[in-house]
Amino acid sequence: MTQRYGDIAFEDRMSQVDFRVAGNAHIVVDTDVCRSCTTKACVHACPAKLFVPTDDGGILFNYEQCFECGTCYLVCDGGNAISWSYPDGGQGVVFRHG
Amino acid sequence: MRDRAGPAAEAVTVRRPEAADFDAVVVGAGPAGSAAALELARAGHSVALVERGPFPGSKNVYGGVVYGRILDELIPDWYERMPVQRWITRRQTMLLSGDRSLTVDFRSQNWGRAPYNGATTYRAEFDSWLAGHARAAGAVLVPSTVATALLRTADGQVVGVRTDRPDGDLTARVVIACDGVNSFLGKQAGLHPDEQAAHTTLGVKETLALPRETIEERFGVTGTDGVDIEILGGTSGVPGGGFLYTNRDTVSVGLVLGLPGLAKAGLRPEEILAELKQHPSVRPLVRGAEVVEYSAHLIPEGGYRSMPRLGGNGLLLAGDSAAMCLAAGIWLEGVNFALGSGMYAGRAAANGLRSGGPAVLGEYRRLLEKSFVLADHKKLRDAPGLVLSERVQHRYPGLVCDLAEGMFTVDNPRPKPGLRRLLRRAARHNGVRMRELARDALTGLRSFG
Repeated sequence: MTQRYGDIAFEDRMSQVDFRVAGNAHIVVDTDVCRSCTTKACVHACPAKLFVPTDDGGILFNYEQCFECGTCYLVCDGGNAISWSYPDGGQGVVFRHG
Repeated sequence: MRDRAGPAAEAVTVRRPEAADFDAVVVGAGPAGSAAALELARAGHSVALVERGPFPGSKNVYGGVVYGRILDELIPDWYERMPVQRWITRRQTMLLSGDRSLTVDFRSQNWGRAPYNGATTYRAEFDSWLAGHARAAGAVLVPSTVATALLRTADGQVVGVRTDRPDGDLTARVVIACDGVNSFLGKQAGLHPDEQAAHTTLGVKETLALPRETIEERFGVTGTDGVDIEILGGTSGVPGGGFLYTNRDTVSVGLVLGLPGLAKAGLRPEEILAELKQHPSVRPLVRGAEVVEYSAHLIPEGGYRSMPRLGGNGLLLAGDSAAMCLAAGIWLEGVNFALGSGMYAGRAAANGLRSGGPAVLGEYRRLLEKSFVLADHKKLRDAPGLVLSERVQHRYPGLVCDLAEGMFTVDNPRPKPGLRRLLRRAARHNGVRMRELARDALTGLRSFG
């Protein structure tokens, strides 16, 4: 389902951003740890909405449209459940109007 | 993911290289890194400037204005050459409370001509331009390359960086880490205090396309003149603030949200931004405009009290990696502090290299303390806490708007109320004790006075 905030769908908002998607993920989530996490702050704090809760209490994650900001690992309550790093050189987000 | 640049990466222990590849390696070609590299190259030293993005500025986001005065020391007539969107001639501070607002609106045409004051720009253009000056002076720009780890000798001396290129170790006599707010290199050196999240805000920004004539009409400017609006309130209760500024054919509107508050609130950043854009004082400025880019970046907003140690053992930190952003309410600056700290880091390193010793930290600190970089931060050390305090965030915008509404509502046949009575009533209505108001006024006076 397409969610709308104001006048633009989230997918449309993200489709305006240039990402050079790397072949390998720079984010890995230990979803076993997430199951015991009560806050799951990454789900709503991540500005790119990369973290999605699953029915069994875990976290499904994407890395492709990552802003590389670092919010997720800083708000993570779950003892380093999120292994995060910068993508390889030249890969990832390319801001034109930053 | 130990072979990548992240919180889990660790420094690599190496033997002291016989001859270093470069006199200096600067990590990050943002304003701090390029200023450092430029200063070093001009002093005749060999410099590698390592940038993880495909070009300088591609990973960078800012919140409105580059105050370029410090560039007078680096690039003569910089204001004739810098890629500028608009020169700020109109500066507003806007307090929002519910659907009310009170704005202080200052305009000076002096800021629209040389030597200017502040400009809006796109970081992809500005950062590339500055890195171009470093290259022209002889620095070697190494783009699309991540510095993943510090190279350290067994006795703790930093002698270079490991990169993600094959055989990508770069050795140097001094390393300047301008690797941004996350500064994984600074953390590997153990320079940063814990509790980073408490002093960090998330900035999100929409760049919105509008015809140039529409921008001129809505914002009351012509030619290359532009407007910068700093906003307090309008963050749906999350401690932080907003900003809105003009470029040539776009306007940028964004939010700065404290991470602990955002984590607790359960609100999404773009939802809060959509809410701000609906405010009656903001909506007419941005309505009908299409998003051409959405961006996000962390900001180190804790100021002086949250700064890491600034280096040691052959390593210096500058820019966001040293938490140099100044978030002091009426002053919101970062790029100028990055430029200044980078320039002084480069100067201190160059002097150290010339005299043959790597002990440059003391001189770096002296240069910073003598200049605006640490003088401003030290003086305003209590400002970030005050600005993000519960009272400033949640009570004072309402108090100020109540006061204005009380003053300007004509309530005939009642006579006009006195200001003192209005203030007492507004304070009570917003849950502010006069004693707290006096204390915050004193903190404000000490910081800003």
